[in-house]
Amino acid sequence: MSKSSSTISHGTKEAEPKLGGRGPSVPPIVGWGGDDWDNRPQGRRGPRERLHRYRLGIGLALVSIFIIFIALTSAYIVRMGTGHVDTITGDYIVDWKPLTLPGILWVNTILLIVSSVSMEFARRQVFREPLVTEEWLGMGTPTRTASLPWLGTTLVLGSAFLIGQVFAWRELYSRGVFLATNPSSSFFFMLTGAHAIHLTGGMVALMWAATVGIMARPLETRQIATDVSAWYWHAMGALWVYIFILLRFVR
Amino acid sequence: MSQPKSSPAQVAHPSSPGILRQILSFSTDHKTIGLQYFFLSLIAVLLGMALSLIMRLHIIWPQLRIPLLGEIKPETYLAFMTMHGTLMVFFVLSTAPQSGFGNLLLPSQIGAKQMAFPVLNMLSLWTTVVSFVVMLAALFVTGGAPISGWTQYPPLSAIEAAAPGNGLGMDLWIVSIAVFCFASLMGAINFLATTLRLRAKGMSLMRMPLTVWSWFVTSMLILLSFSVLLAAVLLLFSDRHWGTSFYLPAGLVVNGIAIATKNAGGSPLLWQHLFWFFGHPEVYIAILPGMGVTSHLISTFSRKRVFAYRAMVYSMLSIGVLGFLVWGHHMFVAGMNPNYVMAFSTLTLVIAVPSGVKTINWLGTLWGGRIRFTTPLLFSVGFISLFITGGLTGPILAQPEVDRYLHDTYFVVAHFHMIMGMAGVFALFAATYFWFPKMFADRLMNESFGRIHFWMTFIGAYATFLPMHFLGMAGHPRRYSQIQGSAEYIQKLLPLQTFITVWAIVLITAQLVFLFNFFRSMRLGKFSGANPWDSTTLEWAVPKPGQKIVVNHGPYEFGDFQSSGSQRDFVMQSDSPFLTSNPSDTRP
Repeated sequence: MSKSSSTISHGTKEAEPKLGGRGPSVPPIVGWGGDDWDNRPQGRRGPRERLHRYRLGIGLALVSIFIIFIALTSAYIVRMGTGHVDTITGDYIVDWKPLTLPGILWVNTILLIVSSVSMEFARRQVFREPLVTEEWLGMGTPTRTASLPWLGTTLVLGSAFLIGQVFAWRELYSRGVFLATNPSSSFFFMLTGAHAIHLTGGMVALMWAATVGIMARPLETRQIATDVSAWYWHAMGALWVYIFILLRFVR
Repeated sequence: MSQPKSSPAQVAHPSSPGILRQILSFSTDHKTIGLQYFFLSLIAVLLGMALSLIMRLHIIWPQLRIPLLGEIKPETYLAFMTMHGTLMVFFVLSTAPQSGFGNLLLPSQIGAKQMAFPVLNMLSLWTTVVSFVVMLAALFVTGGAPISGWTQYPPLSAIEAAAPGNGLGMDLWIVSIAVFCFASLMGAINFLATTLRLRAKGMSLMRMPLTVWSWFVTSMLILLSFSVLLAAVLLLFSDRHWGTSFYLPAGLVVNGIAIATKNAGGSPLLWQHLFWFFGHPEVYIAILPGMGVTSHLISTFSRKRVFAYRAMVYSMLSIGVLGFLVWGHHMFVAGMNPNYVMAFSTLTLVIAVPSGVKTINWLGTLWGGRIRFTTPLLFSVGFISLFITGGLTGPILAQPEVDRYLHDTYFVVAHFHMIMGMAGVFALFAATYFWFPKMFADRLMNESFGRIHFWMTFIGAYATFLPMHFLGMAGHPRRYSQIQGSAEYIQKLLPLQTFITVWAIVLITAQLVFLFNFFRSMRLGKFSGANPWDSTTLEWAVPKPGQKIVVNHGPYEFGDFQSSGSQRDFVMQSDSPFLTSNPSDTRP
């Protein structure tokens, strides 16, 4: 760190305080020579500054997404237990009919959990120390070749999940269960539909990460794209497990 | 105070390209985006104000034909009321203090060059613009705008046959609000990430200006509450178009016609719970940035530290937390378990504690200060006054038994216009006068016009909204376009409505003074110099080229520093660490 006192001019005549002479020197910050990351411009303070910023961003976005589903599922639980008083007979009627879930949902759940595992492999490959070191030394881009197949696997599994969801909806249609059939089916389609839309967003993020990888963008960009999509993907998986448990066991 | 003589060198400013070109550009620069939000809110507030003028005129002069609109029918009145509320709450009070001034100043005040995600920031701005355009379109479609108020309670809002505005107008309202939620969430993520990750070296959390703290807490509230609104409007849309009945109860009769719903057991109360779980934090989203601005300005113009800085921070945080626990007080008459009523009532009363802490600390900051009565300070003191007046009716309305009588009367209208509307707008005016040099190339607004504007607005605000308390206590219901000749018990009080309308016109006229001053000062305002208000925070610091910002001081270090060789009575946050506050300036 240089010895400049860190004063900043603010346009008035008395910008620099008069301290007499040169004033006491600023004690140097104890550090590691050129490794004083704090002294560098923003965005260049350490190898993971940008990564951490994007991780925080996706984490905050996930908070708001989870709140949407907390609102919907709390409405689900309240609606299940409430009924209405028939104005003519005076009877209290609970009109909730439990929904028998299509069996394919079990398969879909397993597919999504497996896709989360493959996504985690993809994420770890872009951070693997030996591979990253090779890239630093200019020996090709081994993290790409290591992570792209796993990204592809995740994309395939994710598509399979979405197709499986469509099959589940079609099975309910064939049974004569539609969005408006019963409050339970309304909530089923609303929850699974909203989740599918969010997962489609995750697919777009995966495709972005894959594109960034195929185009061999700088390592940091590839790491951020893969890492952020991975966290989003894991969260969507966890969200699905929550929704599925709720729909299957609380009905 | 200021050295305003303009020198040609000062005219050159990075934001020199014409203002119009700047606000129509797809820029990722935080200051430009802040200005764009500001002008969006300015358009919204002028529209909302025009709607309120039409409503006020109609109340005292029912036969009046408005040019282009003709005679105002009851449903037109309700449509205007809905749009007035929506525009003011979403596009003015949630947009200007947070997205407008927040974008303009947050990075500068924490010593960052940009927001954490500049492109996301641009996206959230233009998404808000789309939402605004969709909302305005609701006024022009067949049937007009929805009539069920900004709270859009079902079943009225869910059934198309219930009212003329409940067709396409209502759908546009829903779409617009959903888009607005999305835009606000993107903005909040950006604010939180920026505050947490991009602070300059030395800018610890407890060295952040209180404005930054208020934007930070507000962003958390937005993150946690707007998602719930998004879920709520999704279900409302589904009820309207996809045949579900989340909100639709059994045996509905609308305008004498029985409405057959597929499933009978939906609950309008579900909407109220979801809506107010968003709606109550929303009023703090509107007012917290105003509190931050007020704390900041009062300290600057009293030339004193903020009285009990930490208490200010903690009270803001506790207002944020409590704000999520009180939504039920909007539903006392809607039917609720009496135990819940008790809990909601008690928790609501508890909010008076952090609010009281803030009020007393503002007064404590002013106390014994070397006060400079500039226009921004006048508006900040006005904020305190309106905050107290409007705030004191809060605990009154929080009493379930009293609320059963006062619910849906003009008393409530007076309450939220005082504390949310007027206090919020006063903070906006204070911020505009104060940070005008940051908005328009180092120019200042005219002080004389500012004072005229303040006094007309201050007197106008009280004269308009104070009498509404009396109307409400007498039992005058809100949301009625006409009550003459129908309710015997308030006929004698109706001349008050004329009084209110006259003062509302004065209040609106006062804003013309502001607009004249604003647009005139953009071109002709005095040059301010780099730090016209002798402020301490980083947005007024001009770093030398290549110099990095390092923060060495707290945000509000005022006092006598002449002993340390400085002629100034303040230490900027980025000043040398050897400038310390005078020992005689005792910490409260």
